[in-house]
Amino acid sequence: MHVHKYEKIWLTFGIGSLLVFLIVLGWGAFYQGTQPPSCLVTLNPQNVQAHNSFKEENLGVQQVGENEYVVNVLASAFNYDLGKDEEGAPVKKIRIPAGANVTFQATTSDVVHGFHLSGTNVNMMLEPGYISDYETTLDNPGEYTLVCNEYCGVGHHMMSAIVEVYE
Amino acid sequence: MSKQSALKQSSAHDVHEVEDIETHEEPNLKGTFAAVMFIGVFIVVSWIGVYALYMYR
Amino acid sequence: MLKNKIPKPESKIAMAHMYVAFIALLVGGLMGLLQTFVRSGEFTLPFGIGYYQILTVHGVVLGLVLTTFFIIGFQYALMSKSVGMSKGHRKWAWIGYIVTLAGTIMAATMILLGEANVLYTFYAPLQAHPLYYIGLALFVVGTWIACFINFNQLYQWKKQDPGEKSPLMAFMVVINMLIWFISTLGVASTVLFQFIPWSLGMVDEINVLVSRTLFWYFGHPLVYFWLLPAYMAWYTIIPKIIGGKIFSDGLARLAFLLFLLFSIPVGFHHQLTEPGIDPFWKYIQVILTFMVAIPSLLTAFSMFASFEMAGRAKGHKGLFKWFKGLPWKDVRFLAPFIGMVAFIPGGAGGLINASNQLNGVIHNTIWVTGHFHLTVATTVMLTFFGLSYWLIPHLKGRTLTPKLNKLGLIQTWVWTIGMSIMSGSMHIQGLLGAPRRSAFSTYGGSEQAQEWVGYQIAQAVGGSILFIGIILMVYIFFKLSFGTPKGDQEFPVAEYADVNERTPMVFENWKLWIGIAAVLILFAYTIPFIDIIQNSPPGSPGFQFPIGRG
Ligand SMILES: [Cu+2]
Repeated sequence: MHVHKYEKIWLTFGIGSLLVFLIVLGWGAFYQGTQPPSCLVTLNPQNVQAHNSFKEENLGVQQVGENEYVVNVLASAFNYDLGKDEEGAPVKKIRIPAGANVTFQATTSDVVHGFHLSGTNVNMMLEPGYISDYETTLDNPGEYTLVCNEYCGVGHHMMSAIVEVYE
Repeated sequence: MSKQSALKQSSAHDVHEVEDIETHEEPNLKGTFAAVMFIGVFIVVSWIGVYALYMYR
Repeated sequence: MLKNKIPKPESKIAMAHMYVAFIALLVGGLMGLLQTFVRSGEFTLPFGIGYYQILTVHGVVLGLVLTTFFIIGFQYALMSKSVGMSKGHRKWAWIGYIVTLAGTIMAATMILLGEANVLYTFYAPLQAHPLYYIGLALFVVGTWIACFINFNQLYQWKKQDPGEKSPLMAFMVVINMLIWFISTLGVASTVLFQFIPWSLGMVDEINVLVSRTLFWYFGHPLVYFWLLPAYMAWYTIIPKIIGGKIFSDGLARLAFLLFLLFSIPVGFHHQLTEPGIDPFWKYIQVILTFMVAIPSLLTAFSMFASFEMAGRAKGHKGLFKWFKGLPWKDVRFLAPFIGMVAFIPGGAGGLINASNQLNGVIHNTIWVTGHFHLTVATTVMLTFFGLSYWLIPHLKGRTLTPKLNKLGLIQTWVWTIGMSIMSGSMHIQGLLGAPRRSAFSTYGGSEQAQEWVGYQIAQAVGGSILFIGIILMVYIFFKLSFGTPKGDQEFPVAEYADVNERTPMVFENWKLWIGIAAVLILFAYTIPFIDIIQNSPPGSPGFQFPIGRG
């Protein structure tokens, strides 16, 4: 089997590029902590409220430090539960200061859902029995839509909320 | 069966191999090289584009 | 050794598959059109038909039925041509066909009754009617029969010609069917051991992550099962159509062997954003996914080399002049060629999708939909259309007329334009964060959703153009089957550029390659799979209300 010299150059370039991509990704993932969301914490999907983060009163934005926030979200068909406001109405919009350290923690009480803060890298699957989390800083102010991006049933496209990042 | 056939095949090819080395001339594939390198650059540029978007977000 | 014409009884088997494939194209294409209309926000479905119902039909009918039936029919034709088909093979081929078709009809009925609005990925714990899962299982079992027929066809041929290397076409078919068989073991196990007992109420709960992992163990090789028949055509048929030769037998076989090794142990790249899977193993499978790009790099070179050598042999000189010498007015070449071109952005997009944390930018956005409409719906489909122009008349004892060739050229350009608009706008909208698999929504009046609408309208425009392409193609298909003059349409089989090329005999050592493939699969999956099972949360009961059942 003869390999043409141009083909050798092409393969060297091609495989070399793949290697560079892998090194950049691996370096980011293992040394800078930008692993894709892979939380290993489990809970009982039929009793998510047993977990502290998903108790009624802990849902939504929680300030946990000077510039640190946790957002607890309980997904179910076809709604993101972000807690209730002072009047007892369900929260559909939350606000987070730009540049703050935010951890999104979410799970589902029924089927598989998606969790994508459109226009950001916060994009994870919610699966029954698992907590999904993503820690990030949202530096660019603006209005972001939290959308369910995994099919969860006939009302799938109605499942959303708004996250405002303010200066 | 596969071992046997492998043996047969290789002996039948010994003759060719000598010929292969002596008479083989590489075809002119300059255009091919340019085309695949264009593909390569396209892939690298697209990848870097999305990587940049990822870093910006 | 090569028969000139595929014998009639064998033609009938291949054609039986083609009829199903093209009916599926029409039905599935219509569903796709309706989806783009709904999502433009300008149209609502009549008669209480659900968006997710037509989405399920679209995915199942095009992604599983059209592709699988075309591929199996086409592969039978390649096997008849290269190694022959016995009476016994034919009998089993019909049995396999009937089982696959029965499974298809069973699953399709459940979808039409609204009992299976679960899309073709049927993620638990959404729970469809048991007959949907049983239909899928039958479908898979039917295709296994085709696998073993193809394996046996090559085996019988080898018995008659020991010592000969197997014909390239048969070699490629067997590799593709090996990939299919090994990967469908995953989806078959989740359907048989998890979904069916659970949907029948024999067990109460299902392990969701195990079912998803088994699904994606199948789901990625599935796309290679679609792609490899296109590669078969590019390697063994297109060179003949352009008046050229196969660039290298050895490199073609090497590419296919690499697909056998690396197309399976990579399913985690579809699960990168999922909880419960150790990120170390995700990264390992990302590395393996990148390995599967290598055979495509090889293929790109082989294709251009075969084009350039053909052009130069005809006297075209210069760096790119040979390009002009290609038969642009021959639809048997043009359609697959545009398919090849689409694989450049398709492949680049695929690498981005599999890039570990970069996956978060596009995961489950409509970028992904745009991506596989380039790969499977353009690269693979245009190649399949390109094959149909000569394969259908060959099987039916008819000819491709100049008029139909011209209509085919128009069809190809219509497809190209429609897909560029639709897939292009999907890619951009996906980068902006819009989700896939969603009906029209204003997302509570969000600003972003307003930005997305323009792209959704563009998708409806592209989708409409594509639907015109589908109507044209279905018309051409029926014309080729029943309407063109009787005659002998050539089955193009390319010859080798270098007849003395020495292909390493180790390429024929099936035990070795299947063994390595198995080792890679075990390496990539054993530890994380045990992890997933050991750390499983309590299982999930079935949910029927979200999909409108019960
Ligand atoms: Cu949802």
